[in-house]
Amino acid sequence: MIVIHDLSKTYKTANDTFKALNGLSLTIERGDIFGIIGFSGAGKSTLVRCMNRLEEPDKGSVRIGNTVITDLNERQLRKARQKIGMIFQSFNLFDGKTVFHNVAFPLRVSGYDKATIRRRVKEVLEMVQLSDKENAYPSQLSGGQKQRVGIARALVNEPDVLLCDEATSSLDPQTTYSILELLQEINRKLNLTIVLITHELDVLQHICKNVAVIEQGKIVENGTVDQFFLAPESDTARRFVHIVERYRQKRNVLEGAGAGI
Amino acid sequence: MRDDVLELLWEGLRQTLYMLVWSSLFAIIIGLILGIALVVTEKGNILEARLIHKVVSLMINGIRSIPFIILIVLLLPVARWVIGTTLGPTAAIVSLSIGAAPFLGRIVESALKEVALGKIEAAKSFGASPLQIIFRVLIPEALPALVRSLTIAVIAITELTAVAGAIGAGGLGSLAIRFGYQRFREDIMFATVITIILLVQFIQWTGDYISRSISRKRYKLE
Repeated sequence: MIVIHDLSKTYKTANDTFKALNGLSLTIERGDIFGIIGFSGAGKSTLVRCMNRLEEPDKGSVRIGNTVITDLNERQLRKARQKIGMIFQSFNLFDGKTVFHNVAFPLRVSGYDKATIRRRVKEVLEMVQLSDKENAYPSQLSGGQKQRVGIARALVNEPDVLLCDEATSSLDPQTTYSILELLQEINRKLNLTIVLITHELDVLQHICKNVAVIEQGKIVENGTVDQFFLAPESDTARRFVHIVERYRQKRNVLEGAGAGI
Repeated sequence: MRDDVLELLWEGLRQTLYMLVWSSLFAIIIGLILGIALVVTEKGNILEARLIHKVVSLMINGIRSIPFIILIVLLLPVARWVIGTTLGPTAAIVSLSIGAAPFLGRIVESALKEVALGKIEAAKSFGASPLQIIFRVLIPEALPALVRSLTIAVIAITELTAVAGAIGAGGLGSLAIRFGYQRFREDIMFATVITIILLVQFIQWTGDYISRSISRKRYKLE
């Protein structure tokens, strides 16, 4: 279970301050696929990056399982991060390493022996169906394959949580679906908690169980995905769902006119 | 006459190579340390320390603003202290290493900065320590750019050995000055210049070859 309490983060530039997170609180159950949706600049990326402290919050706490992430010192934080996987919009693979060594990286920095690394890497590569690409370099892979490597790399240390920072935003719809299905399968198999930052309704609708809507650094709506689509309460949620609604109306009109869609 | 040219040339080349290899080695080691220090202590990087960054940066700029021929003179006491003399190729290695290191620091810095911050963040997110990030991410990812930069640096050091030759370091530079300039031996001057050109060409080719073979492996380029 992830418990976030009263989290704040302000960015300061030369003559401006920007409150990315403004006293945000949120609870995510174990084994959930939890979507966090919001428009650009709403603070969703900052939120997920505060969960493993790639970004240091100014105030508030993050607890994952029994570990209060925000209380850890550098050394403890590194240890804790080994159990928090993360995947990125731009994949962030290491271009100079083969697929095998990309995936092996988290294990190597954790100091595992060679035999264990081999075994674990082979296992996760099989799970993401890239066993045949073991010796390829990232530049030789498609976007979807790259994100699969990203997922394998994030899972190789058997984390409890997987953070996804716009993980499908740079992929085409078809590839997005295949990645989402993979995440769903992993969630079922490993009972892994997945936190997904997105601005795509498709992603929410396809795999998320629960969703929180973020607006100006605060959670303005929090519930099941069905609630979000059927009875959106916040402004942001309505604006998102409104787009879908408009298309449904348009479709009704066209069908009424016999356009036969 | 042909014989003595070849003999002098061979002696000069040997001394130049001796200075080049050792001073490149030391300058690269110091330069890597400086360059890495500059990058990791920068704002938002893995070991942010703005004061250290500023001090290192100022130090580099300071040494780089001194013309090399003056720097050699300034560093003569250091050479005497380290190896007991201010003459000959070995003494020049001290000045060359210290003189070239700040330049190397800067080009190492710019090569390392080409590594996308996202990769460093990814490494961080898997629990890598700053040292692990430096040696397992930053340097390997920057390797093709680093090799290209180091090639430029080694060629620059070749030029510097010739300058050092002018004030008693020996090598091809000294040969050109002593014979070509002071004794009007145009044949020696000419032979020296050709040798230096070939040497520089050879260094450039080697650097290109290494850099290209790393890139080709990674990106399957032609």
